[in-house]
Amino acid sequence: MENLPWIFISALLVNNFVLTYFLGLCPFLGVSNSLETSARLGLATTFVMLVTAVCAWVLNTYVLIHAPYLRLICFIVVIASTVQFIEMLIKKLSPALFRAMGIFLPLITTNCAILGLAIFATNRGYGFVEGIVYALGAGIGFTLALVLLAGLREESELSNIPKLIQGTAMNLIIAGVLSMAFMGFAGLFSSS
Amino acid sequence: MKKNESYEEFVKGIWRDNPVFAQVLGMCPMLAVTNSAINAIAMGMASMFVLVGSSFLVSIFRNVIPKQVRISCFIIIIATFVTIADYTLLALVPKVHKELGAFIPLIVANCLILGRQEAFASRYPTRLAVMDALGMAGGFLLALFSLGAVREILGDGALFGVRIFSENFEPWIVMILPPGGFLTLGVILLFFNWFKYKKDEFLADVAEAERSGN
Repeated sequence: MENLPWIFISALLVNNFVLTYFLGLCPFLGVSNSLETSARLGLATTFVMLVTAVCAWVLNTYVLIHAPYLRLICFIVVIASTVQFIEMLIKKLSPALFRAMGIFLPLITTNCAILGLAIFATNRGYGFVEGIVYALGAGIGFTLALVLLAGLREESELSNIPKLIQGTAMNLIIAGVLSMAFMGFAGLFSSS
Repeated sequence: MKKNESYEEFVKGIWRDNPVFAQVLGMCPMLAVTNSAINAIAMGMASMFVLVGSSFLVSIFRNVIPKQVRISCFIIIIATFVTIADYTLLALVPKVHKELGAFIPLIVANCLILGRQEAFASRYPTRLAVMDALGMAGGFLLALFSLGAVREILGDGALFGVRIFSENFEPWIVMILPPGGFLTLGVILLFFNWFKYKKDEFLADVAEAERSGN
């Protein structure tokens, strides 16, 4: 049994989902062109991660012990329907929030970070509370990486960059440097 | 004519519309498992199996699947094939399966595979769909392999575990760590940009020459 702060920090910094596991790269490279949208997408993703962690725990505890080979199909169906359900719920409860999240909610279904979270949490045998803390750390870590890259990209738009390197190539190299910086956190825990 | 058509679908995925270099799809598995050439090939083969299998099935059932729920149907078909691939790898090569770890189930979330079902397999006859899937998967495999080979050669001084440099070679550890993935792919894309830029320049020159000739 690992302690909760460790799980949180580990998911947030040391094993950051985007910069160490390469999960959720499509939104990371796709929508990180403005600070505001990336912060919103990050929050929406964190929210879906939390719900997914709970669902994954329920599935693992009550359903999948009888049929482990159905794990993947169950997870993907549950994530897709959860996102759909949350979308309807938010639309009903808070139209303002719904407008703010906009297109990002349905897009989250295809974010591999969500499925990755469910699978990693299962592989490590996290319980209910641990799963929630892990999801929170991973979600905030994802938001952090997204906001950092968006900030750097906004700055870079003001500078004179050779035409050849503009676009995905430059974003990937920036991400590489960010990832190197995050490697420094590996020293936080000797056991990681 | 018929033969040319399928050949055309096959070739476009390998080079002109290469899923990784030209369309920047399927990045997550692309970067995560390419720290050695052998892992990259295992991942590429698994993705190929899933893509070809699901394209075949989706294309057969393309007139039966209702439009409104097609995405869910595609995902369930893909997830089934991924589960088959997962258990097959576990049985045949447990060592590789352990290294790839959670990234095999994550093939489900590879946007390349879902994208091909939506854009191609659900609209075209089975033969063309399979050829397209083979081409795309081939291009994906090629991209995975080139990234994996570069990272293993620079980061480990070896290819497929065989040393290719002398003892004096100091491995660039960073290349097999996560930042190396981002940097290598960034540089490869840069090279592709340069290639395209040169080609555009060349075409512009030719057009210019023709105009002045007239």
